Amino acid sequence: MSRPTEIDQGAIRHLYVHLPFCVHRCGYCDFVTAVGRQDEHGAYAGALLAELERERWRLASAVETVFVGGGTPTFTEPDALRRVLAALPETSELAIEANPETVTPALAALLHEHGVTRVSLGAQSFRPRLLEVLERVAGPDDVRRAAHTLRNAGFDNISLDLVYGIPGQSAADLDADLADALALEPEHLSCYELEAKPGTRFTHAHGEELASQEEAMESYAERVVETLTDAGYRWYETANFCRPDSGRELRAQHNLAIWRGADYLGVGVGAVSTLGGERRRNLPSVGRYTAALGAGEDPPREVERLDAETREVERLMLGLRLDEPLAVDADGRADVLDRDALARLVERGLVERPDGGVRLTPRGRLLGGAVTAELLA
Amino acid sequence: MDQSRIRNFSIIAHIDHGKSTLADRILQLTETVSEREMRDQLLDSMELERERGITIKAQAVRVQWKGHELNLIDTPGHVDFTYEVSRSLQACEGAVLVVDAAQGIEAQTLANAYLAIENDLEIVPVVNKIDLPSADPEAAAAEVCELLGGAPQDVVRISAKTGQNVEQVLDAIVERIPPPEGIADAPARALVFDSSYDQYRGVIAFVRVVDGRLATGAPLHAMAMGTDFDAEELGFMSPQRVPVEALEAGEVGYVVTGLKDVSRLRVGDTLTTRRGGAAIALPGYKDVKPMVFAGLFPSDSDDYPELRDALEKLKLNDAALFYEPETSQALGFGFRCGFLGLLHMEIVRERLEREFDLDLLVTAPNVAYSVKERNGAWVEVHNPADMPRDPEEVQEPYVSAQVIVPKDYVGAVMELCTERRGRFDHLEYLSETRVLLTYELPLGEIVYDFYDQLKSRTRGYASFDYDVAGFRDGELARVDVLVGGEQVDALSLIAHRDAAYERGKLLVERLREEIPRQMFDVPIQAAIGSRVIARETVKAKRKDVLAKCYGGDITRKRKLLEKQKKGKKRMKQVGGVEVPQEAFLAVLNLDGERKR
Repeated sequence: MSRPTEIDQGAIRHLYVHLPFCVHRCGYCDFVTAVGRQDEHGAYAGALLAELERERWRLASAVETVFVGGGTPTFTEPDALRRVLAALPETSELAIEANPETVTPALAALLHEHGVTRVSLGAQSFRPRLLEVLERVAGPDDVRRAAHTLRNAGFDNISLDLVYGIPGQSAADLDADLADALALEPEHLSCYELEAKPGTRFTHAHGEELASQEEAMESYAERVVETLTDAGYRWYETANFCRPDSGRELRAQHNLAIWRGADYLGVGVGAVSTLGGERRRNLPSVGRYTAALGAGEDPPREVERLDAETREVERLMLGLRLDEPLAVDADGRADVLDRDALARLVERGLVERPDGGVRLTPRGRLLGGAVTAELLA
Repeated sequence: MDQSRIRNFSIIAHIDHGKSTLADRILQLTETVSEREMRDQLLDSMELERERGITIKAQAVRVQWKGHELNLIDTPGHVDFTYEVSRSLQACEGAVLVVDAAQGIEAQTLANAYLAIENDLEIVPVVNKIDLPSADPEAAAAEVCELLGGAPQDVVRISAKTGQNVEQVLDAIVERIPPPEGIADAPARALVFDSSYDQYRGVIAFVRVVDGRLATGAPLHAMAMGTDFDAEELGFMSPQRVPVEALEAGEVGYVVTGLKDVSRLRVGDTLTTRRGGAAIALPGYKDVKPMVFAGLFPSDSDDYPELRDALEKLKLNDAALFYEPETSQALGFGFRCGFLGLLHMEIVRERLEREFDLDLLVTAPNVAYSVKERNGAWVEVHNPADMPRDPEEVQEPYVSAQVIVPKDYVGAVMELCTERRGRFDHLEYLSETRVLLTYELPLGEIVYDFYDQLKSRTRGYASFDYDVAGFRDGELARVDVLVGGEQVDALSLIAHRDAAYERGKLLVERLREEIPRQMFDVPIQAAIGSRVIARETVKAKRKDVLAKCYGGDITRKRKLLEKQKKGKKRMKQVGGVEVPQEAFLAVLNLDGERKR
């Protein structure tokens, strides 16, 4: 464990908490998850709280955001979940991920009691056929019911996750999914293109089909953006949309901070922290995590050193995902920008320079990967 | 040695008819090398030669047979090296013509036999591979007699592989090939028929002493090149170097010259002594000129110095190799290289890749063009990108091509030759079933895909050889390729006006497949001057972004980004378009694939 220093002390304003348990591991998932093991939830919660205590000195007195992710945080056995939520520092945004089938009135009440301000609901799709391909447990009606349950419990900031580019998904399927999602009037939507990550069971089963429909699905990202912006949502990050309610900030504050390059502390198995010049990742084994903390030690971790240039590359990579201009000319920053490429991309209408900052145009954002690679010297 | 006991001979054959195997058997039978020392095809010392079953560099070995000194002068077995073959033959009084008992006479058999006849050599015909089940020694012997005259019983039937009857070949050499008749007390004249480079001793010349004698230490003079040097060492090969005090009239051996540059001593030159030397050189010296050119570029531009060093080293052993620096906007720094022909080019390329471990991009080969400029001066152009867009007049090299083919394929071959702008010259039945066709063809058509087409249209039965016949006027057009509106210099080509459209179309179609989609539409055009003759478009990508990126993903996403960036570095920028090297390779291989 690192010794506190004047600079480190209380510097971190964003906390991530990982609850890895799931009822079932979906084929496309590459997160750190643990299926079942209800009997371990209590022990895990204990270990997690122990880690949080060991790291608490890093946290600012006013923590701005806490995000509880998974796994399926809401699948965690209620007593364990309650203990974790109760121990979290006071914050203005406390967000949690939930799977629709886990959202009962009791759970909603529990979350609300413990100060959760934002729930991100993993809907993924409203087509039963596609949900089956994704191996999701919940059906379309579970999603609707969960949304209403949350509303009834008093939640006024609900986000829905959607996935597109599912094997067998037609453009009409996508339109229908978007319409079904909009009908629930969520404050926020995250729409991800399905990534068939190498080594997942899903890629093994569907990789070829995905490759063959790649061209047909090329327009889906555009379609998503068009539909949601037409519905009045703000496309504020590559995959994220929010309602522009007046007087309310509905962007996901925790993620927004990370996209803006802020440091964050992650606790729990597999959790990642970025702490100045260091990024560390707790190893994914629940057993070893619990055992180490039970023995009064730090959990097993790997550490990556980040030099100033790397952090600047990351700041650009993340910041260019947003719809707000990114400052690039501030003194003291490593210069990682290829100025010729910047001029070229401006000329091609992929990048614009509002107030000297850099922002991708809508088309540039759809080509964000290539544009960013080109912008970096 | 008394000249009457010397026999100087070559073995000539079509590729794979067994020349090198026969040479091996001769070395064994004459106990020049022991069984233990024997390696297959000993004379071919380069790895590549053994693998391809051809001899690239000729050498000479002295063997003893029944009180006679026999000098076996090996010859390169391919069309590209005709001049070297002819010099080797000039060093001999006779030649053993080897014909495969199953294949009969082939194009190179003929070409070599004609060369031997031109050099007034006594030919000992041999039919080889009589042990093969498919062998038809009588038919092969009949074809040989038809070609050379003589009686079938004079054709020696052997199996070089098993050694059967090989002693009869040696006896025939002694009996039938005349001894040399040099003038022993005349001023020295020795024909250089080959040379090689030894890193410690410099250029080693292989010579046939025609008149007089060469003595160790003597100051010598190469008459054509005007190069002076001292004979540091003289000797013969057995097959290792065996030094002797002197080489006498009629003898074959080597001269260690101490020269550091092979280009100062060319094959075909005449060596004489600096004091009391000959006034008139031996006939037949020719300055061999490369006819086929291609750009060679390192795939990794950092390897340019390695490529330069490798070419320098190859050139030491290969006086016919020509190279000069070339800068291509698309491919970077490289060399424009000149070769005797396509095989020569392939050999050089393979040696660069294999012996020097270089990864190369090779442009489509083209021939040398002779171009008349506006001011009336004629210049030679080696690179399509250097061809003036509107030349006064262009000439291209033509060859006289001999094709031997079973009679059923005569129609197919004639059709191909006509398509390739060939001018029919001659048709002759070599036997009831096999026909010799002679055409004049532009060399440019041959380096394009003629050979491959010939093989495929005759199911591999055709054999083919050619001699350069001279330059003729050509209706030629320079076709440029433009990517994103910018000309890609490495892809320019010169084609006959009638074929330009097809070739341009093929190129842009292939490029469209190979150039990855970019962030904008990329037009690909083929043009003659300002006239676009073919056009394709690589449509812009609509999406290229990773959907999900949160705190736990940053390192992985950054690494993906770095990989993408690194991938870009390997791309060449043309007209603001990133073109992967593989795209050039695929387009340049368009020709290559058809040839193989």
